[in-house]
Amino acid sequence: MKPTPSFNRSLWVYHFNSGSCNGCEIEIVAAITPRYDPERFGIKLVGSPRHADVMLVTGPVVKKMKDRLLRVYSQIPDPKVVMCIGTCGISGGVFYDSYNLEGPVDEVIPVDVYVPGCPPRPEAIIHGVVTALAKLERLEGGSA
Amino acid sequence: MTLAGTIGSIILWTVLVSLFGLVAGLFLLGIDRKLAAHMQARIGPPLRQPFIDIRKLLVKENIVPENAIPWLFNSAPVIAVVSSLVILLYIPLGSLISPLGMYGDLILVMYLLTIPALAMVAGGFASGSPYATVGAQREMVTMIGYEFPLAIVVIGIAWRLWAAGVAHPFLLSSIAGNPIWGIVGPLGIIGLILLLIVLAVVTPAELSRIPFDTQEAETELAGGLLVEYSGRNLALFSLSTAVKTLVMGALAVAIFFPWNLSSFVAMPAGVAQVADLLFFLAKVVLVMFITVTLVRVGMARFRINQVVTVYWVHFALIGLAGLLLLMADSALGTAAGVL
Repeated sequence: MKPTPSFNRSLWVYHFNSGSCNGCEIEIVAAITPRYDPERFGIKLVGSPRHADVMLVTGPVVKKMKDRLLRVYSQIPDPKVVMCIGTCGISGGVFYDSYNLEGPVDEVIPVDVYVPGCPPRPEAIIHGVVTALAKLERLEGGSA
Repeated sequence: MTLAGTIGSIILWTVLVSLFGLVAGLFLLGIDRKLAAHMQARIGPPLRQPFIDIRKLLVKENIVPENAIPWLFNSAPVIAVVSSLVILLYIPLGSLISPLGMYGDLILVMYLLTIPALAMVAGGFASGSPYATVGAQREMVTMIGYEFPLAIVVIGIAWRLWAAGVAHPFLLSSIAGNPIWGIVGPLGIIGLILLLIVLAVVTPAELSRIPFDTQEAETELAGGLLVEYSGRNLALFSLSTAVKTLVMGALAVAIFFPWNLSSFVAMPAGVAQVADLLFFLAKVVLVMFITVTLVRVGMARFRINQVVTVYWVHFALIGLAGLLLLMADSALGTAAGVL
C-alpha cells in the first residue's frame, strides 16, 4: 500500500523500550515538549501500536524483549516506519559483548532510520523524523 | 406536498446536514487542538489536522485481531458514526429547520446520546483485549455516572418551560423558540446557572475528554476501548467523536443559548439563515472552548471511582439544587401572579 501525502503530515509515534537505560526516553520526552512542538507537523505519541505509523525503538534488545519487539512490530498496521534511537540500538553500545543481548535492533526487525547518540539530543531525534519523512516521500514516488 | 416529495426532501436534507456535521465536527476538533496548543505556548497543528489524520487512517491497514468477534468489531464504528449523525438530525442548527426535529424530542436525544458510547463498549468487548475490556467497563460506569445529572438538567428545563405554559416543553424546537432565561425570575436565573454548570461538566464525559477520559486513558490503558482499532475503523470512531462534539455543543446552545442573530437585526430571509448558522457555529466554538479545551488543558484525569462520586454526589446535588431553585421560582411567580 502506497502512502499518500497526508501520511507525512500525521505521523503517530509509538515508543518501544527494548531494555534501554531511560536516557533516550528522557530525550524523546524532551523532543515532544512545547519548546520543539512536533504536533505542529501532526506528530503525536500514541499508547497503542495499532494506532502507530512510526515505531521508536530504544535499547539494545535484551533476550527477554526479543519476542515482545517482534510481536509489537507485527501489531503495527502497514505502512510503517521504524526508527532506532540511540547507540545501544545501533551497535549494542557499551553492552556490545553482553551475554544477554539479542540485538542490535536491526538484527531483529528492519530499521529505516538510525539516530546515533548516547543519548541523542532532541534536535537529533527531530532530524531523524525528517529523514523518515524524506524516506516516506521516496516511497510515494515509488522509486524505493 | 406528496408523501414521496416529503420523504425525498427529508432524505436530501439529511444528507446535507450529515455532511455539514462531519465537516464542522472535524473543524471543531482542529480548533480545539489549536487552542489547546496556544494555551501551552505552542504553535499547534493546522486547523485541518483532523482531516489529514482521517485521510491517513483510511490509507492504513485495517487489522482485526485473531480473538476478536469480527462482525461486532467491524460494525461498532459504523453504528457509532451513524448514531451520532442521527442525533444531529434532531437538533436545531441556527434558524435552519432540523430534518427530523418534529419527530423526536429531548428525551429521544438523551437516549440516542448513549448509543455511540454503547457501540464503543460493544466494540471494546468484541476486540478481545484485556485493555479494551477494562476500558469498556469503565465507559459503562462513566455512562451510569453522567446520565443522572444530564437527566436532571433536561427535566429541570422542560419542567420550568411547562410551568410557564409552553406547549410540548420537551420538543427541542419549543425549547429553542422560548429562551429559558427570559421566562424565569432572579431565583430561576441562579438555578439555571447551576444547571448550566452541570451540563458543562457532563460534556467532557460524553466526549471522553480529560478529566473524564478514564476509559481511553492512554497512559494506563494504552487507548482503552480503542486499543485494538486501526485504519478505517479508527477513522470511523474519530468521525463519531467529531460529530458528537458538534452535537454536545449544539445541544448546550439549543437549551441555554438559543438566540438567533436574525431576531435582533432585520435582514432578508436567505442572508438571515446563513448569518444564524455562522452565529450558531460561533456559539458552539465558544461552548466547546469553555467546556472541553479549557478544562482539558487545566486539569488532570480523574480516577474511575472519583468520576462516579463527582457525578452522583457533587453534580447531582448541584443539579437538584438548581431544580429546587427553578421550582421555587415558578411557585413565587405563580403566587405573584395570583396576588
